[in-house]
Amino acid sequence: MSGSHDDTQHHISAYRKVAGALAVLTVVTVLASYIEVGVALGIVLALIIATTKGSLVASVFMHLKDEKSLWLTGTLILTVVFWFVLMLIPIMGRMDNVGTYKPLPNANAVAHEAH
Amino acid sequence: MENVTTAEQVSHAEHGHDEHHELSFLQSYVFSLDHKVIGIQYAITAMLFLLLGFTLMMIMRWQLAFPYTPIPVIGGLLGQNNAQFIAPEFYNSLGAMHGTIMVFLGVVPLAVGGFGNYVLPLQIGAPDMAFPRLNMASYWTFFCGGVVMFASFFVPGGAANSGWTSYAPLSVIATEGQTWWLVGMIFLITSSLLGSVNFIVTTLQLRAPGLSFMRLPFFVWAQLVTSFLLLLAFPPLEAAGVMQLMDRVADTSFFMPAGLVTGDGPLEISGGGSPLLWQHLFWFLAHPEVYVLILPAMGIVAEVLANNTRKPLWGYRVLVASVIFLGFMSFIVWAHHMFMTGMGTTMSSFFQTTTMIISVPSVVILSALLISLYGGSIRYPVPMLFALAFLPMFAIGGLTGLPLGLTAPDLHFHDTYYVIGHFHYVVAPGTIFALFAGIYYWYPKATGRVMSELLGKIHFWGSFIAIQFVFTPMFITGLAGMNRRLYDGGLEYAHLQEVVGWNATMSYGAWTLGFFQIFFIFNFFWSIRNGKKVDDNPWKATTLEWQAPSPPPHGNFTSPPEVHRGPYEYSVPGADKDFTMQGEADPAKA
Amino acid sequence: MEIPYTVAERPDTGVNNVKLGIWLFLASEVMLFGGLFSTYVILRLGGTDWPLGSDILSVPIGTFNTAVLIGSSVTMVMAHASLKMNQFDQFKKYMGLTVLLALVFLTVKSYEYFDKISHGDLPSASTFLAIYWTMTALHGLHIIGGVVVNGYFWGPGSKMFHSRPEMFANRVEAAGLYWHFVDLVWIFLFPVLYLL
Repeated sequence: MSGSHDDTQHHISAYRKVAGALAVLTVVTVLASYIEVGVALGIVLALIIATTKGSLVASVFMHLKDEKSLWLTGTLILTVVFWFVLMLIPIMGRMDNVGTYKPLPNANAVAHEAH
Repeated sequence: MENVTTAEQVSHAEHGHDEHHELSFLQSYVFSLDHKVIGIQYAITAMLFLLLGFTLMMIMRWQLAFPYTPIPVIGGLLGQNNAQFIAPEFYNSLGAMHGTIMVFLGVVPLAVGGFGNYVLPLQIGAPDMAFPRLNMASYWTFFCGGVVMFASFFVPGGAANSGWTSYAPLSVIATEGQTWWLVGMIFLITSSLLGSVNFIVTTLQLRAPGLSFMRLPFFVWAQLVTSFLLLLAFPPLEAAGVMQLMDRVADTSFFMPAGLVTGDGPLEISGGGSPLLWQHLFWFLAHPEVYVLILPAMGIVAEVLANNTRKPLWGYRVLVASVIFLGFMSFIVWAHHMFMTGMGTTMSSFFQTTTMIISVPSVVILSALLISLYGGSIRYPVPMLFALAFLPMFAIGGLTGLPLGLTAPDLHFHDTYYVIGHFHYVVAPGTIFALFAGIYYWYPKATGRVMSELLGKIHFWGSFIAIQFVFTPMFITGLAGMNRRLYDGGLEYAHLQEVVGWNATMSYGAWTLGFFQIFFIFNFFWSIRNGKKVDDNPWKATTLEWQAPSPPPHGNFTSPPEVHRGPYEYSVPGADKDFTMQGEADPAKA
Repeated sequence: MEIPYTVAERPDTGVNNVKLGIWLFLASEVMLFGGLFSTYVILRLGGTDWPLGSDILSVPIGTFNTAVLIGSSVTMVMAHASLKMNQFDQFKKYMGLTVLLALVFLTVKSYEYFDKISHGDLPSASTFLAIYWTMTALHGLHIIGGVVVNGYFWGPGSKMFHSRPEMFANRVEAAGLYWHFVDLVWIFLFPVLYLL
């Protein structure tokens, strides 16, 4: 526990700001989902907002912003790398068809509703 | 360090001493928090499971050698269905459970849970693991998983029978035993995760003063990398296990495609799942798992080789770099198990390339170990015999793997006995021999006595010769196209008529191998009381564990160790003896 | 011999045992949920049809629960900050609120579950519902685990504050890291399941 009293006060004001930002972004992501921008763009938008919120939680609430231990950050970077490898699985079966157009399933769903 | 011991530390030490006397039988042997007791618990449980897994295989080999004939003596014990000859369903259960038990309940718990727990804290000069309670929880979770797996033999329909890989959709529609298998796996995975967190924290945080990373024994490096593999590769399989459980008990369709028809007609499921997804998530773990099997073994072999050649390991830094690179690469080679799934040439080429790359550090490690022998004044105690045998055996296993990693030959080899021969050469005469080396090597540390040399040599030579008869013919039958899961060993196939005769050879080899293990089992228990008493450092080794008393007391070391040098300072020029221990102060400074 | 660095940072690694341990555990959790998110993507890409989350699930309820969980994450950091400032009463208040909010989350989630069951929207009904149930149930189990741990530190475990305050603050920090992670997972689950 190295943080002094002043440090902690400083932290608390950061917590308040992040709490506000998270609340605003939650509202934004819900509102954004009602905008008709198409499925693909909608997914991108929602993921950008979620990633922003997640980064705020991780860096401020979980104190990664001030983390100095190389072993700890190194482990987390390694985890993120392998996490991306894991997320590549869905596109692995499609690598031979890169460039050919396949509509997202949701597009059909919306089209069905329109009829 | 001793001089600066504070009064507080002394009071703690005394406190600990008192506690030691107050511990009941349950606390000191069953629910112990001591890493050495937990290590021995892991080792004994794992060895029992190794014996069980081996027994299952010896039963299978009867059906392969003498199809459709009753098993003598024990045939009646296997239930009514198997009284005449082994029923096909039971044969499938034996195969699936042999793999599962050997990998998840035998080799990994012995190599990581057993040796890791017992030796690692001693080698880094720590009083215990970083989280003793977590350590105990890890063992008991493993134990529960083992009980569930074992109990599954007695449920209706028998134990899991969809292979140790449990490929969907077959596994989803299989008998009840598969549900037990999944529950057991979830226990085992949870246990591994708890254990790996503990190992990493212990290695990074509890190293004795002076023990920098480049002074760590190679065994510790191997365990550290192994723990990272377990930590990051196992969770996706846990997720997959949960999903397959959902598929089985909640009728979901994670791994079930639409329009599936079985012998009972169309399945009433929503469909839309992906059978390939299971294979991806399974091999995302199971390929790193291969390195979980082999890395601790390499660590043990390195320790034993350096000790018995009486010279430093050749290329310590290269070994460390290789083992880290190996661990990293093992995460991006998994789909080489899936060349036959039609995932496309792009991905196949990618995984073929990474597979060729990962063979480089393996060869570097093996070469470094081999070169370490050059110019040494080699002793040949039993652990050294096993360690030396590891080198060519692992080489055969590794080199026969290369054609499997290339897409074109794999089309022919896939799912044949060639594959079985390949990975058994890596794991059986490779890893398990290294584990035997470890048992013979560290036995005096745990008991204060050495195991019998004569029985050990009988065990080694018998096993070494017999095991070649088990696995070498597999390359022959595999190249001839014998499928690995055939119930009758290929009796009904015209193209296999020339090679079915080898089945009997392999079976005799397996039973002989089993016979020679009796010498080991006897030796193991007999030597606890009757082995030759030895001092704390019988092998004249350099690493920290040999500085502790044998067996080490609670808290391990009589005085806090301090490290002054690298791990393998054998035959240092000008030294008064041919080994300089890590904890020995520099005479110049003293 | 005592086990070193349970509270103090080890100079050459820059962390103490508890913090490193909990982060390693969270790393494995990242991979656990990664497997499930990967499954979501592969099932969605492979499906011929995929429902819009908001057609099946209630967005207002989901939004409410998101707010509740984020709120509990805020009270959790405040609980830890109070400990660092030696304000035990404040800690009790914030930790109690954290547990309470978690219970509100679980209550609302159970209501959603019962609603789904009564409409026959079981996991077996479609791939979407299968992944919805599996992911939220696994997340819910993590919440229950968090309630147990946080409840312990709020109740019987808080006695440790008076005997070994540093170690206690340390443990609360670890519990907090876990709790923020659970919150973080929900931050991704909510848009993925409810909005997309």
